[in-house]
Amino acid sequence: MAFWIASSPHNHNQQSTSSLMRLVIFAAIPGIIAQWYFFGWGNLIHIGIAMITAMLCEFIVLSLREKRITEQLFDGSALLTAMLIGICLPAFAPWWITVIGTIFAIAIAKHLYGGLGHNPFNPAMTGYVMLLISFPLQMTTWQPPISLMEIELSFSNTLTTIFTGFTIDGYSVEQLRTSIDGVTMATPLDTLKTSITMGLTVSETTQSSVFGEHFAVGWEWVNLAFLLGGIFLISKKAIAWQTPVSFLLSLFLCSLIGYTIVPDSSASTMFHWFSGATMLGAFFILTDPVTGATSAKGRLIVGLLAGLLVYLIRVFGGYPDGVAFAVLLCNMSAPLIDQYTRPRTYGHSKDLS
Amino acid sequence: MTLLIAILVFGLIAALFGALLGYASIRFKVDADPIVEQIDAILPQTQCGQCGYPGCKPYAQAVADGEAINKCAPGGEDTIKKIADLMGVEAEPLDESHEKDNRPKVAFIIEEDCIGCTKCIQACPVDAILGAAKQMHTIIADECTGCDLCVAPCPVDCIEMRVVPETTQNWLWDLNSIPVQQID
Amino acid sequence: MESIINRINQQKFWSFHGGVHPPEQKTLTNQKPIKPLSLPEQLIIPLQQHIGRQGDLLVQVGDHVLKGQPLTKSTNPMAVPVHAPTSGTITAIKHSVIAHPSGLSELCIFLNVDHQDTWVERTPCNDVATLTNQEIVKKIADAGISGMGGAGFPTHIKVDTKPDINFLIINAAECEPYITADDLLMCEHSESIVDGIKILNKLLNPAFILIGIEDNKPKAIEALKKATAGIEKIHVCVVPTEYPAGGEKQLIQILTGKEIKSGTLPIKEGIIMQNVATCYAISEAILHDTPLIQRVVTVTGQALEKPQNVWALLGTPVHYLLSQCGFDNQGMEKTPVIMGGPMMGFSLPTDTVPVIKTTNCILAPSYKEMPSAFEGNSAEVECIRCGQCADVCPTNLLPQELQWSAKAKDYPQLNKLNLSDCIDCGACAYVCPSHIPLVQYYRIAKAEIRQQQQQELKAEKAKARFEARKQRLEKEKRARELKHKKAAEARKAAMNKATPEATEAKSAVAAALARVKAKKAANQKSPSSSAISAPVETTENQDNKKAQVAAAIARAKAKKQAKPAPEIDAKENAKVEPSNTDSKKAKIAAAVAKAKAKKSQEKAPIQGQEQNQEQTDSLSLADKKANAIAKAKAKALAKKQASSNNDSSTASDLTIASTAESEPAIDEKDAKKAAVIAKAKAKALAKKNKESNTDNKVSEKNTVNVEPRKVQNTSETSTINDTNNISDKDAKKAAIIAKAKAKALAKKKLATQSVSEEKTMHEQEKGAK
Repeated sequence: MAFWIASSPHNHNQQSTSSLMRLVIFAAIPGIIAQWYFFGWGNLIHIGIAMITAMLCEFIVLSLREKRITEQLFDGSALLTAMLIGICLPAFAPWWITVIGTIFAIAIAKHLYGGLGHNPFNPAMTGYVMLLISFPLQMTTWQPPISLMEIELSFSNTLTTIFTGFTIDGYSVEQLRTSIDGVTMATPLDTLKTSITMGLTVSETTQSSVFGEHFAVGWEWVNLAFLLGGIFLISKKAIAWQTPVSFLLSLFLCSLIGYTIVPDSSASTMFHWFSGATMLGAFFILTDPVTGATSAKGRLIVGLLAGLLVYLIRVFGGYPDGVAFAVLLCNMSAPLIDQYTRPRTYGHSKDLS
Repeated sequence: MTLLIAILVFGLIAALFGALLGYASIRFKVDADPIVEQIDAILPQTQCGQCGYPGCKPYAQAVADGEAINKCAPGGEDTIKKIADLMGVEAEPLDESHEKDNRPKVAFIIEEDCIGCTKCIQACPVDAILGAAKQMHTIIADECTGCDLCVAPCPVDCIEMRVVPETTQNWLWDLNSIPVQQID
Repeated sequence: MESIINRINQQKFWSFHGGVHPPEQKTLTNQKPIKPLSLPEQLIIPLQQHIGRQGDLLVQVGDHVLKGQPLTKSTNPMAVPVHAPTSGTITAIKHSVIAHPSGLSELCIFLNVDHQDTWVERTPCNDVATLTNQEIVKKIADAGISGMGGAGFPTHIKVDTKPDINFLIINAAECEPYITADDLLMCEHSESIVDGIKILNKLLNPAFILIGIEDNKPKAIEALKKATAGIEKIHVCVVPTEYPAGGEKQLIQILTGKEIKSGTLPIKEGIIMQNVATCYAISEAILHDTPLIQRVVTVTGQALEKPQNVWALLGTPVHYLLSQCGFDNQGMEKTPVIMGGPMMGFSLPTDTVPVIKTTNCILAPSYKEMPSAFEGNSAEVECIRCGQCADVCPTNLLPQELQWSAKAKDYPQLNKLNLSDCIDCGACAYVCPSHIPLVQYYRIAKAEIRQQQQQELKAEKAKARFEARKQRLEKEKRARELKHKKAAEARKAAMNKATPEATEAKSAVAAALARVKAKKAANQKSPSSSAISAPVETTENQDNKKAQVAAAIARAKAKKQAKPAPEIDAKENAKVEPSNTDSKKAKIAAAVAKAKAKKSQEKAPIQGQEQNQEQTDSLSLADKKANAIAKAKAKALAKKQASSNNDSSTASDLTIASTAESEPAIDEKDAKKAAVIAKAKAKALAKKNKESNTDNKVSEKNTVNVEPRKVQNTSETSTINDTNNISDKDAKKAAIIAKAKAKALAKKKLATQSVSEEKTMHEQEKGAK
């Protein structure tokens, strides 16, 4: 027998990075279920493709980098990235979109910068933005909510659409996206943007069926489910509360200001909260610790900035939703924000003589 | 005519800016430490002469004049890196003519062998050896820089360089160096 | 200050940033009374058990000491003495592994317990009021009391302060998980603790006395409240349980809301903190004249059958404590045993480590309860900047940024991030999901920064000394030049006079020229001589000196020859186990003999050559001869030594250790004899040299000649090293052969040399005539 020499502290709360990642993945499940319920199998299939691609890609890159594969492969970070990409993609996007996006996220956005903990940009959002810029057509093949679809969409139909572009019965993506009243459907945010540029008022626009009774058919529930998951994460202390709270607050304030100034061409505050990727961004993407700010004050600032950016991009930008861009811009400014929001160390008060 | 005006205007502008720059260079002159002083501040001040110069300052002067920066054995890689940063040159590995072992050492006089020749006293660059002719000498360990310049002159080889022993005061928390003992 | 007391009276406290709640596990031990241990067989008492310096030894090996007898005395304010924890005999004073994270060895006194437990005479004091403050402080110092909470700062320095003290805070928080030593002490000895507090009150006269205690010790709180009832000044402050509430600065912040400025001591704010166990020790020392010789130690962890608090004598080895509490390693290959708590304690490299004044806990966890203690740092993965460490840091640092800078060895940045304010509490590493041993990184960085600062200071000093020396040398040089100039002028004047003296002077110049030539010739022979340029001073002293140097060198050489064998023996002994000494000795003897033999073979032709050259260079004949003779003599002596060495080592082969001791003795005698002879001869030479109008050059040459010999010395040692590898048998055989050879050679040499010596002497005499 020999004594074991180690450094203090000798005990540990037995938390680990992988358990943290797993918790985040689990917290996203309600949102995914809501997505499935309202939009069918599309995103689930994309999540599956993305996860398989991510694991393969992670394995290859880790072995190329001669890292400890067993530990890092299963730390959950790659799976989380893949899951986020799968959630974000349009349901009818072809399979290779997912594959390319995931490879880009894992190999380039994450590992080229030094792997987990060293990447300056959120890998999922980097992959998503790359796809959005490179493949604008495929990335806007949004699926309308099932309730509004003319054609019955089964799992196998979705699968063949993703892999071949056509359902088993030979419907194309375009046909699938056509609603009962013969109009090609887009996301509520997209619809809003196009109609406002066409000179319609918000109240006129919201007559469209995609907006449903409240804010947006399906989207509102998906966002609510992600909010639920986010609150669970905060209660588990897996994520810091500052970022999502300040982000939502900031978005609320911006939209409120817009709404009070020009109510005709501005959507309501709640529409901004419960459409697009607002809740997903607030609780699952902006809270990524690696790319966010580390100090409490810094997180508040990052949240505020992100809310402002999302609003600006949604209202004035060329893209209907701005969460991905806002996240990347915030990632960029996080180190600077950290630099200027360092907490005062104990015993370094200026009042102390 | 236009040509002339153009030349005139540009000439005037050039003269103006030239004057401005010239004034600024005098008015806002930065009194930086001379480079020699800066290099000297980096060097470990052992005054050992292993670089081939009679002390740290002369070597600093030489480096400023273009001498290789990798000749300071006691400073080791750290010093080379710092000088490289300062001079804006590539860091080089330590000159191979020096031994690799740069653990801190102090000279030690084996007192029963000392014949009191005072040769080491003359060699010591920092006056860290105490003694008089025909009297036994000893090293003031706290002042010794470990340059080993006193070792060579000793006619009876009674000076040796001893590695400074590791104590709880200078221990650097290397847990891996603790020998694990088998217990029954 | 009133508002602070008001708040305290309402049991309202401030809080500090961060903090964690590790599993307390205090129930393992806090229900059982403190068990007095039976006496162990041996105590290991380190001379230094606190921060500062160690005292001077008062005892020797073999002394019988009584319980409470001081073993060291303090000659420095930062030194506190240690005392014999029980009566017994001192069997050794040697280096042994001490209770320090480094596992390094320091001087310890080994005390064999005689089980009589006889006290020294004590003078209990019944009334503290009769003592002056000075006397109390002296008693505290003499009792060897240093802070018993963890750091071990000498208590008498802390209590000997003049400025106004607002708060005396008694630290009874005991925030580390597992530890219940203070808890139990307060339960069982609250009266004594309060007595100690009263003594401190007399010394410091603070405005208020606050006892900070965590709310997880209801019994101790009850006992303290009972003991302090009716004392207006003392407030028992029950604070919420949170790690590290017991940190000095944290407890001050909780109780008073004050922050202590970085780099200053609480005394600056009029606050002094003492541990409860220290208070108990003070009352014992003052009232019962009992020095600090025992303390309560929590022996705990689920690897023990009977975890409990014990009264352990200082110096009790850990294995004794473990065996008393039923240690079971559960079949683990490697198991951690931690001195101190799980958060700030350190793992022990061996079980002979003794309990010291600051040891409050011995923790032997099972794998099930503390798996992280078994995995070392192997679980470390990349930091994901989650910021949990920053959330729990009690000093509001940014541990993750510190970690990056520490890994990059960016010390200026670490200073900017206030690394020095880190209290090593380990809260950050406790919560780190990436299992990064953050504290370890900080400690390494802190140690390196400290060392760097020291080096910078030293470099600064060295530079100053170097500059001063340079100035001094220049001054001397100028003075010398001046003197020379004067002398030259005087000579010129004398020459111009054209007197008999002048012609003499001229011939002196001629001689000097000749000498220069000779020197040049010598330079060609041995290039190393050019390196030496002794000052040219034409005094008679020089001749004397030369002779002395020659003698000294001869002596030194002779002595050296005598040395190698025993010296190497000693070195080898240190490395090899005693049973090997026999064969080792044989090897060494062989090596030495071989080296000697080789040397003599090499020397012979060189010498011949030299003598040839001497004859050709007739001008400097006398100088040369003096050299050659000195050298030859030294060599001859060396050879003699060699053979005698061999002889004695043969003897030691047969009779091992006892002869080994006599070996140097014989050699020494020989060496002395040799030295005397050499001296005599050198003196004779000196005289002759004077006659033949030579000067200090000879002394130079002597040193020159030393050079090649030195080289040979080194080669000699290397041969020794080589031969060390030869197997025992071979070594012995070789030794015998070599010895024989060397003897023969030495004899021959001696004969020829004495002849040649005589010859040269004759020649010299002739030359002189």
